Amino acid sequence: MTVHITSPSPSLAPPASSVGVVGWLRGNLFSSPLNTIFTLAGFYLLYSLLPPAINWAVFSADWVGTTKEACTSEGACWVFVGVRLNQFLFGFYPPSEYWRVVVAFSLIGVLVAWLLIDRTPKKGLVGAFTILGYPVIAYYLFYGGAFGLQVVETYKWGGLMLTLILATTGMFFSFPIGIILALGRRSSMPIAKSMSVVFIEFWRGVPLITVLFMSSVMLPMFIPENMQIDKLLRAMIGIIFFQSAYMAEVVRGGLQAIPRGQLEAAEALGLSYWKSMIFIILPQALKLVIPGIVNTFIALFKDTTLVLIIGLFDLLAVVQAAFADPKWLGFSVEGYVFVASVYWVSCFSMSRYSQHLEKKLHTGHAR
Amino acid sequence: MSENMTAIQAEQNGSSDVMVELRNVNKWYGDFHVLKNINLKVSKGERIIICGPSGCGKSTLIRCMNRLEEHQEGDIIVSGVTLDDDLKRIDTVRRDIGMVFQQFNLFPHLTVMENCCLAPIWVQKKPRKDAEATAMKYLERVQIADQAFKFPGQLSGGQQQRVAIARSLCMNPSIMLFDEPTSALDPEMIKEVLDVMVDLAREGMTMLCVTHEMGFAKTVANRVLFMDAGEIIEENEPNEFFDNPQSDRTKLFLSQIL
Repeated sequence: MTVHITSPSPSLAPPASSVGVVGWLRGNLFSSPLNTIFTLAGFYLLYSLLPPAINWAVFSADWVGTTKEACTSEGACWVFVGVRLNQFLFGFYPPSEYWRVVVAFSLIGVLVAWLLIDRTPKKGLVGAFTILGYPVIAYYLFYGGAFGLQVVETYKWGGLMLTLILATTGMFFSFPIGIILALGRRSSMPIAKSMSVVFIEFWRGVPLITVLFMSSVMLPMFIPENMQIDKLLRAMIGIIFFQSAYMAEVVRGGLQAIPRGQLEAAEALGLSYWKSMIFIILPQALKLVIPGIVNTFIALFKDTTLVLIIGLFDLLAVVQAAFADPKWLGFSVEGYVFVASVYWVSCFSMSRYSQHLEKKLHTGHAR
Repeated sequence: MSENMTAIQAEQNGSSDVMVELRNVNKWYGDFHVLKNINLKVSKGERIIICGPSGCGKSTLIRCMNRLEEHQEGDIIVSGVTLDDDLKRIDTVRRDIGMVFQQFNLFPHLTVMENCCLAPIWVQKKPRKDAEATAMKYLERVQIADQAFKFPGQLSGGQQQRVAIARSLCMNPSIMLFDEPTSALDPEMIKEVLDVMVDLAREGMTMLCVTHEMGFAKTVANRVLFMDAGEIIEENEPNEFFDNPQSDRTKLFLSQIL
């Protein structure tokens, strides 16, 4: 006679070889002969590249000093970057006014951190101040001309400061403009739709270098002498329009992924078009395209280096200019490594934050 | 039975409030004539079931009543308001009509509570506290109050559809439209949704429901409408409709689903 067990049998522990360090190694590094070969080759590559690189950059590098003569060892000469650091950060901004730049960036740093960190109170108020109040404050801090602050012409701006100004204004404006354009392109109103399509296709169809050239060389020819717009401002507007077009297409991708039923449900509840967009469609669409948005932001951040061709001295241009200093010939590697690390740290932070954001906004709905 | 008859008689005498009236409504999708000369009067408190084969226009018909679809000819009058291109009138009508969809269409990025409060707060301009109290009342009624702070994605299909019903009720509508509310549900979840709808019918809600749940139709309906190829073929009170169908098309349809 067989015995039928009526209660569920207890779960057994998985086999020891499939969990823990051993399990992880087996599963990820040595799961097949081919993978084993790749793993070993990878380790060998790291072994032969990493120690010399670290040695060059850290252990046998020169860190202190004021002249080229301080660099006596085999490794990197960070003295070059150290001596030039102020110029790399501020360009030709008058040293007595550096504090203004520091204050402006510290302020936006605090504001952005306030908005990005999850558990801070009064986000609405801080957000409104960041959008409405901060740009005015930043303008007067950077440019001056009021409150007893001396005017610093934009041609003196440079280095990391200029890079960050171009990148943040670019992101700040291209994001909302991109959203409006994306909504316009999907609108049923023929004028809004055709204007959006023409704008997007025009700006997406030209290279950024052309846009910058047009803004700095061609545009002044068409505008009367007394109405000349600042070169930096022209470049900024060019970058903003250019990136808005890309942003619009990213956002449109998100809008298209939202099922039609969402808008119908919002309409059936009596929500107007704009309320449906703001509360229902955009939050979902933007969340879906966070990777694409951050991708565009990162591209924008790095594309700001192109302004060097119209004679604006962003971080890369300032560092490159320093290579020509006869007292410091031969340190271009250190300069490029410095620039690359600044860009990498910034872009990698954006990327990490976007991943955190995706996780935070995930509400467990399967789609 | 007698209650059903009085409703029909009342409608025929024209003595009760007409909530929805369609006069010679025609609609085309491109060249395809999807609604043909639809005439319909729905009185206050009436429960109307619309059935018919797939693609017969039954969903389109109720979707025209809150202007999710436009009709090209004829008049649709809801609570005394004629539907046309005027956005204000469309808004007025939508505030008075609740709709429940086959695919629930809950907002996945908002909690159940936020789903229920959004329209009362932003359309009816209710204070948040009042909106939340109302939402809680209806969530309790559909027996899902304990899930109020979960996201829709964490609920079963039946639970989601009950939330969708509560969300519509929060706007305090006088008419409810149901577009195949149980068609996307697993069999064991259909009953919990139908129970909520039966309750609603008992309380006197004016309902138009596209469904193939014939048991439900027999329990709550005053009238059953059978549509085919864009026309209302047959219209009768439920027992007559099921036991004694008049047209051949109705007989064929009933033989296929029963």
